[in-house]
Amino acid sequence: MKPGAPPEPVVRLQGVGQTYRAVAALQEITLDIPSGCVVGLIGPDGVGKSSLLSLVAGSRVIQRGSITVLGGDMADAAHRQRTCPRIAYMPQGLGKNLYPSLSVFDNVDFFGRLFGLGRQERERRIGALLDSTGLAPFADRRVADLSGGMKQKLGLCCALIHDPDLLILDEPTTGIDPLSRKQFWGLIERIRANRDGMSVIVATAYMEEAARFDWLVALDAGRVLATGTPGELLARTGAADLDAAFIALLPAGASQGHEAVVRTARLPVADGEPAIEADHLTKRFGDFTAVDDVSFRIARGEIFGFLGSNGCGKTTTMKMLTGLLAASAGRVRLFGREVDPRDIQIRHRVGYMSQAFSLYSELTVRQNLELHARLFALPETGIPARITEVARQFGLIGQMDALPGELSLGIRQRLSLAVAMIHSPEILILDEPTSGVDPVTRDNFWRILIELSRRDGVTIFVSTHFMNEAERCDRVSLMHAGKVLVSDTPEAIMASRSAPTLEAAFIRYLEVAAGGTTRSVTPAPLRVGDSRRAEESATRLLFDPRRMLAYTKRESVELLRDPIRATLATIGSLLLMFVIGYGINMDVENLSFAVLDHDDTVISRDYALQLSGSRYFTERPPLTGYADMDRRMERGEISLALEIPPDFARNLSHGREVAVGAWIDGAMPTRAETIRGYVEGMHSTWLVQKARETYGKAADQRDFQLEIRYRYNPDVRSLDAMAPAIIPMLLLMIPAMLAVLSVVREKELGSITNFYVTPVTRMEFLLGKQIPYVALGMLNFLLLTAFAVYGFQVPFTGGFATFAAAAFLYVVIATSMGFFLSTFMRSQIAAIFATVLLTMIPASQYSGMIDPVSSLQGAGAFIGKIYPATYFMMISRGVFSKALGFQDLWGAFIPLLITVPVVIGLSVAFLRKQAR
Amino acid sequence: MRLANIFQLGVKELRVLLRNVTLLLLIAYSFSLQVYTASRALPETLNRAPIAIVDEDRSAISDRIASAFYLPYFVEPKLISQSEMDSRMDEGLDTFALDIPPNFQRDLLAGRSPTIQLNIDATRMTQAFAGGGYVQSIVSGQVSEFLAHHRAETQLPVGLDLRARFNPELNKSWFGAVNELIEAITMLSVILTGAALIREREHGTIEQLLVMPVTAFEIMVGKLWSMGLVVLVAATFCLIVIVQGLLAVPIHGSLLLFLAAAALDIFAMTCLGMFLATVAGSMPQFALLVMMVLIPLQLLSGGVTPRESMPEIIRIIMFAAPTTHFVMLSQAVLFRGAGITVVWPQLVALLAIGVALFTLSLNRFREMSG
Repeated sequence: MKPGAPPEPVVRLQGVGQTYRAVAALQEITLDIPSGCVVGLIGPDGVGKSSLLSLVAGSRVIQRGSITVLGGDMADAAHRQRTCPRIAYMPQGLGKNLYPSLSVFDNVDFFGRLFGLGRQERERRIGALLDSTGLAPFADRRVADLSGGMKQKLGLCCALIHDPDLLILDEPTTGIDPLSRKQFWGLIERIRANRDGMSVIVATAYMEEAARFDWLVALDAGRVLATGTPGELLARTGAADLDAAFIALLPAGASQGHEAVVRTARLPVADGEPAIEADHLTKRFGDFTAVDDVSFRIARGEIFGFLGSNGCGKTTTMKMLTGLLAASAGRVRLFGREVDPRDIQIRHRVGYMSQAFSLYSELTVRQNLELHARLFALPETGIPARITEVARQFGLIGQMDALPGELSLGIRQRLSLAVAMIHSPEILILDEPTSGVDPVTRDNFWRILIELSRRDGVTIFVSTHFMNEAERCDRVSLMHAGKVLVSDTPEAIMASRSAPTLEAAFIRYLEVAAGGTTRSVTPAPLRVGDSRRAEESATRLLFDPRRMLAYTKRESVELLRDPIRATLATIGSLLLMFVIGYGINMDVENLSFAVLDHDDTVISRDYALQLSGSRYFTERPPLTGYADMDRRMERGEISLALEIPPDFARNLSHGREVAVGAWIDGAMPTRAETIRGYVEGMHSTWLVQKARETYGKAADQRDFQLEIRYRYNPDVRSLDAMAPAIIPMLLLMIPAMLAVLSVVREKELGSITNFYVTPVTRMEFLLGKQIPYVALGMLNFLLLTAFAVYGFQVPFTGGFATFAAAAFLYVVIATSMGFFLSTFMRSQIAAIFATVLLTMIPASQYSGMIDPVSSLQGAGAFIGKIYPATYFMMISRGVFSKALGFQDLWGAFIPLLITVPVVIGLSVAFLRKQAR
Repeated sequence: MRLANIFQLGVKELRVLLRNVTLLLLIAYSFSLQVYTASRALPETLNRAPIAIVDEDRSAISDRIASAFYLPYFVEPKLISQSEMDSRMDEGLDTFALDIPPNFQRDLLAGRSPTIQLNIDATRMTQAFAGGGYVQSIVSGQVSEFLAHHRAETQLPVGLDLRARFNPELNKSWFGAVNELIEAITMLSVILTGAALIREREHGTIEQLLVMPVTAFEIMVGKLWSMGLVVLVAATFCLIVIVQGLLAVPIHGSLLLFLAAAALDIFAMTCLGMFLATVAGSMPQFALLVMMVLIPLQLLSGGVTPRESMPEIIRIIMFAAPTTHFVMLSQAVLFRGAGITVVWPQLVALLAIGVALFTLSLNRFREMSG
């Protein structure tokens, strides 16, 4: 930008409004955000900061008003596609947009690929980013094993991998330790120094951070309260610091009752037994020691602060205190009793709040509170009053019927706190309870903690990154790399390092502990020009293979990191084929029958012998009468009862008409049909035989011969017919299931945001994800075919190339069907269920596996005709049994060829590129 | 153990389920439309079987044979030429092709015992086995009748009086409807419970539960009763409204007995779902495991093909599956009108398998939750 020119606003909002269910998150916001500077969004929790940022980033659909970002309308998809490479967006929450099973490096690398960076460029940038955030030593660690703060840092690295013109950070330093925060802002400064005119918009709860920003927007209740430089805001309100300034800006009422938090003296402790006692506590994960020989004793009623850099073992220690994790060595005692996960009584006395939100997002705030109150066995009559009490304490009254997902991070934290305290526990173990909570609420919250400790003698073990909170504790411990560095009163710690503030004291401790490893990072100069050109050329493309391959690579790495999934998908399907192939047998044998022989002559016994002598039937003890027949048929003991009438032999020899009765159990029609066929066959054979005996040779001469040729399967082996039919079923279900979950999982766990805000197109997203699953499907295909041929010895008579080509089309369809389903699903449960319902049932019932499609009727016949498995089944049977090649089977290829673009097209059409 | 906790945890599960509209729709679908469609689609073993006739004789008898194949057992026979026969069978257009040789009638009347060839597409197992016999008896019948006009018969006067009990017309849709219902019960019980547990793990909510004064036993039973109740209610609705009402399947036995057995089956299947969830590390792994389990359960528990025809080893393995016993029991109760004196062994088996699966998954779950 030319110096001196009036700066064009980078973001311009006009009359923007956003409503979720009945709650208005943003109301009539009209605002110009100046470019080229760091703009802070400040305000209490739930005022719409995050909503505003997600709209500006283009990740959500704008409901009302217009938003212009970097000179274009964000409601316009083409503009979004053009500008999103110039925007970087880091959503709120501890690494919600990251992939937990991938390593730190792979995650950043993935984002680099999405933005079309070349390999060298990527590696250089990743190196620089990981170095400057202190993540370099953990480059190979899985994200799932990172601490909350480290995930947050990684999220930043991912946002910064391409040089954006507009950087949008939603509470980026929530849960990050002071040292890392310092490093982080240093990093942003350096990037800004390298990239002239970059604009940064930050939502933050840290007012001391906001004080350093160029320009601030104060929000409250979905409206803009004030804008201006920090100096202007201070001047306007006449306040000494921003905290006070913000409180002064609030409309009267909202700020009422706010006063400074004062730590009062502790109650005299009568009982000398400590509330919490950790004795040489150690926790190892494999060869990594997360907590190393930690000991402390906390007296009743004490507020004990737990501080330390990210990933130093605070959360692990707290989980051991609650019994969620078993210690590798050492002991924990609560109230003198060793922690035992089976000890239910102790849990009534402890309240725990975990770092990540762990309440039910499907239950409303009130329902969550009620559930926990009841599970803690509070007296039913007292519950409503208690809920109202905590809701008032934590400012949740207005949100009682909202779902947690609709609430901001800060309000969710309050809810978690309220839940941890609902049963008035004697010990509170709180893991970063105030991360992401606004200053006013934090102060209120501390007032409650101090009151609980002083008035009720509640012991509080709390971890925090806020130094003003640490100062309110009776004692604090500082942890680093699994060890406790120091444990004392805040005053003593400051004195020991002769530091003016607690923060300074800690940074000194940490720097000493880190020793030589503290690097003053010299950031690699970012050659802006090069990458800019590369990015622009990439965005002009409607379809960029590099972005597509980014998803391919990520998905493949995820598959490879999860060998159980890949094994289940391949070996599992072989196992299934084996079981089904052997299990399904159309050749019914061992049918049980019994005879009710009223005649009991040589002739009648000879008739029955026809059946009992055949391999199809097994004879059971004879029937004694009709009652016996009824009883045994009802029980399913016999499936056929033969009744030979009295005087059978005599009537027969006199040439009088006689009839043998056969009762078949019709409960299972297929079996009954088979029995009927067998019995009819035996009957006529017997007749011919008898006729020959009776009438001599004349009857030997048959009128005509019926020669039956079982084609394609002359031995009529069940397996030869079934194996080619099982392949289509398995090849549909497994790839479809993997594909549907790969998308719905991202939706459910939050990483879908990356698709919303990066330049990747819908087609690139889907095809990229599809490639590894198609590859896996083809591997599966080869294994299944090989197993059928070599394992089951099913003759393969047709063209293999034809079969492979059809299998390829079919697997593409199967995965696309998965993607199509995924566009309607939000939860993985529903996705699994829908996939089973819509693949297993049509493939096994309507696609000709057992009954030919031409014989189906009604809706089933329709499904069978349009279902791709039908056609692949035809091809499979053609090449296995019928010795057919492409020239015979091309007709069955056509429906497959039509289905591919239709299903992919539908998936792309229904896939949303923005959240609603 | 506190009953109140079990109750509260179950109510929580139901509330969570109520929020998932897609899932509710799918449940409704699988117990109504799915059962209805599948039952209506199921053909009789010989229904609209495609047949073609190569008539090289063009005589009275060959016309007679051709006209004896009619709906609903056979589609109207296509009269084709010899050369068309192979390609039509290759394409799968016909299951049966009857080749009547030239001079068939003349040779027949002359007593030269001519040969008709019947080609059967043996890849179509059901039709091939049952249909071959039908075609044979139809042709024989026509030939005998034809000959009866021309010469005296020498045959034994023994008739065969075949009657199917419990389902006299061998109406496959009756059986299909009940089978489909059992299928839906199995599928839903396993998926709902198992996925609910994995979901708690993936969203971290299990951690919150484990620091509260609730035991693993309570958490597990809370899930079992709530999800089981959903399946049982849906199954009852399906049986009464869809199977008995819309599909008009006559039910001979006691509905109450069937539902009691269904409850036992649901208990066993929900425990199985739990167990799979404790084995699987993530939702995709669970989904694959579910398929590994559901497909054999669907195909091998005696609902699709009779147990009698399975190899010994498969029969023994499948004896450990609750569905096997449930399928046996439902056939006995619903169609044969059997009472508790007849089906008690199945009830005992269901209970035993359920208790075993429950113990197994409770132990796994306890281990998992430290």
